[in-house]
Amino acid sequence: MNIAANQKPEVHKEESMLMQKEMISANFDALATAHEEGKKISSTFVPGNLNELLMCFDLVRNLPEINALQSAMRKKSGGYIMEAERSGHSEDVCTYVKSDLGMMAKGQIGPTGKPLPTPDVLLLSYTGCFTFMKWFELVRDQYDCETAMLHVPYQADGEITDNMRDFVVMQLKEQIIPTLERVSGIKFDIDRLREYLRQSAQAEEDLVWVLESAKNRPSPIDAYFGGVYYCGPIFSAFRGSQEATAYYAALRKEVADRVEMGLGPITPEGVMQEERIRLVVEGPPNWTHFRDFWKMFYDEGVVVVASSYTKVGGVYDFGFRHDPDNPIESLADYCLGCYTNHSLPSRVNMLCSYMDEYEADGFLVNSIKSCNSFSAGQLLMLREIEERSGKPAGFIETDLVDPRYFSSANVKNRLESYFQMIEQKKARGDAKTAT
Amino acid sequence: MKTFIGIDLGSTTTKAIVLDSDATVLGRGITNSRSNYGIATEVAKQDAFLDARFFLFRELLKDLPALDGHLDEFLGTFEQDFRLEQFLDQLVELEKVCVDSAQDARLGNDGAETRALLADIFRRLNDEVPKLYAQGSSRKSDFFRDIAGSQYSRAAELLVQDSRISFEALLNVYDRSIIDVENRISTSADEAKFMSALGRTCGRSQHLSGLLEELQQAVRKALDIELEESYVIGTGYGRATLPFSKEHIRSEILCHGLGAHIMHPKTATVLDIGGQDTKAIQVDEDGIVESFQMNDRCAAGCGRYLGYIADEMNLGLHELGPMAMQATRKVRINSTCTVFAGAELRDRLSMGEKREDIVSGLHRAIILRAMSILSRSGGVRDQFTFTGGVAKNEAAVAVLRELATENYGELTMNVNPDSIYTGALGAATFAQRVVVH
Repeated sequence: MNIAANQKPEVHKEESMLMQKEMISANFDALATAHEEGKKISSTFVPGNLNELLMCFDLVRNLPEINALQSAMRKKSGGYIMEAERSGHSEDVCTYVKSDLGMMAKGQIGPTGKPLPTPDVLLLSYTGCFTFMKWFELVRDQYDCETAMLHVPYQADGEITDNMRDFVVMQLKEQIIPTLERVSGIKFDIDRLREYLRQSAQAEEDLVWVLESAKNRPSPIDAYFGGVYYCGPIFSAFRGSQEATAYYAALRKEVADRVEMGLGPITPEGVMQEERIRLVVEGPPNWTHFRDFWKMFYDEGVVVVASSYTKVGGVYDFGFRHDPDNPIESLADYCLGCYTNHSLPSRVNMLCSYMDEYEADGFLVNSIKSCNSFSAGQLLMLREIEERSGKPAGFIETDLVDPRYFSSANVKNRLESYFQMIEQKKARGDAKTAT
Repeated sequence: MKTFIGIDLGSTTTKAIVLDSDATVLGRGITNSRSNYGIATEVAKQDAFLDARFFLFRELLKDLPALDGHLDEFLGTFEQDFRLEQFLDQLVELEKVCVDSAQDARLGNDGAETRALLADIFRRLNDEVPKLYAQGSSRKSDFFRDIAGSQYSRAAELLVQDSRISFEALLNVYDRSIIDVENRISTSADEAKFMSALGRTCGRSQHLSGLLEELQQAVRKALDIELEESYVIGTGYGRATLPFSKEHIRSEILCHGLGAHIMHPKTATVLDIGGQDTKAIQVDEDGIVESFQMNDRCAAGCGRYLGYIADEMNLGLHELGPMAMQATRKVRINSTCTVFAGAELRDRLSMGEKREDIVSGLHRAIILRAMSILSRSGGVRDQFTFTGGVAKNEAAVAVLRELATENYGELTMNVNPDSIYTGALGAATFAQRVVVH
């Protein structure tokens, strides 16, 4: 996979990737022209997003974290963050927030260069990230628009009780839906919701199949760097739409073909030839140096077979599906079940099951410098998973969208050391087995 | 003879170890890393091979009855004399480059006067340097750049007093020249230097003078042994810049883990404080790494911290430890940020705190940071081995011992006199295992 240092690799794109690119681009276009076309805009976050419900009111969906990460991948977030810091937001604040606020301050131009109009409603589905609440407080202050907040109880004991579900359902019925009706001027139609949820369930089925394909050897996908693309439509403005269902059907077919041919994952430099190490990863990727970061893995034959980040917008691989027969209840279960709403022991259990089921050689944490909610406790998780799985664990620190906190040489140095440690342990294990 | 080489390219120094087929250490070499890892590798390797020659001399001379009871003393003096020969050789090079540099047209009429001053400076250096290599003498550093630099600036400071040429102009000539000289690989014949050094050593004693011929024969015999480079493994921060293929590169974590295990086989936890990295490593009973943690994003509290403090106080790095050991009270330094610690140091001095108390507090600050990295890696287990350049600092060792005991109970703490070579030893052992096993 080595290429000449000065030669830029040609990025390989499959049909599903092109489909997704078009979907994202079309959504940014729809946001840009929404008000001219008489449509209303909602802003909401990825974890616990109620996309199907928003679609019932013809609201065009804007997702601020997606904008931040898209800006980072286009090298724009650094400037936005500086802008936010100039207006008084400290260095340690979540960089998604600062990227968003900086983008607003710089004229509300979205990642694709199209305008991002002022939202008409902020729907905050609170699923474990306290910063989201503060973020929307700031946004509301700026836009002076309506805010609907759904309080989702934290899964402190690792289970969803009837009380918790009832509480969310009650809020959806008594507060969220009436607010969205008022803002949009459209009456809620539960049958329309049922149809969207039917689409969601189909897409979720295919997504789970794709993610679980990583149990094959070689894994046909990278469930972290590739996984963030695979989760893109279902985590953002498309879950419940026919385009999303079509996307996941196409993706599933592509991956099935790869399994059939015994191929490894597609990387920006082509198919990964040799799978040397299989990892489970906790924490989001770094977005400002996404390709460089990924290259540090695939250059060493390292594939991520499961990740927690691909569950922040919904956990589907333990059986949950949106249910058209119980629409409001299943929206509640969806919100309650997001990875961000899980306690530390639940996260450990989930990751340990991945270590086992995906036959991983190691567990890696990419801890996010500016994320106080989710970085807390990650070292304890690491120790526990290391002990329970018996597999070596590694720990690195980067950031989401602040380019100042990605030190390429340091990250590479630590990753190489970690990968070599795994190989050394594997080699010794193999030798012991042979004797 | 087959040899196996490990090279550790640190941010401050580059170290090399040469092993034989039985994994016996034949030689150790060290140099400053410069900004050129390729040159540093060659220089360190060359140094380790020269050191290996002294190992071979010892093997050949150990049964010589005439040296019975005096072998260590003889070899010690011989090595010092050899280092002096090497130094004088490089000094000739440096003078040439300095003179060339002073031909610079921009110096105009000052050129001739500068060259005359240079001649005086180098005359003084040639006279003074042998004293630095005399028996019982101590040097602030063993690197040519450091010794020549400090001697040169002292001589220049004295000589410019009656001259139109400024001290800064002379220093500028040195600064431009030293980079060129230290980036040259010595090509002059080693045998001539060994023989010249031997003549110097034997010339000091009637007893040794009588043995000169016999010793010359032994030295020639040792020099005739071919040291074949069978396998090289590189590690350390600069490893990626080496023209080695992947098979010849190992991470410094694995090398420090294995190196510490080779030095102290009961090692369970390793702490390495290098120039810009602090590593806490847990190893199993075979020296295989089980987990590790390193400082992230920021090199606060690493070896460079002490280097910066030494500069701020106008001290040699090696003087910090002994000074801190003189402390009579604890001064709490809060900052592990190198730059802030400098400010805190000046502030404390202005408040009348004693230098030794402040320096002791700085040592505590660096070790407290290391303790946090150790706990992230899983804590300190028995036995605990401390490696890296900072392990040579007695004050750092004392604070670490105190804090490790306080937090983890009584345990055996190993600090090897050759701890700076731990990474290189691990790398050389990997090289030896690749071929021999």
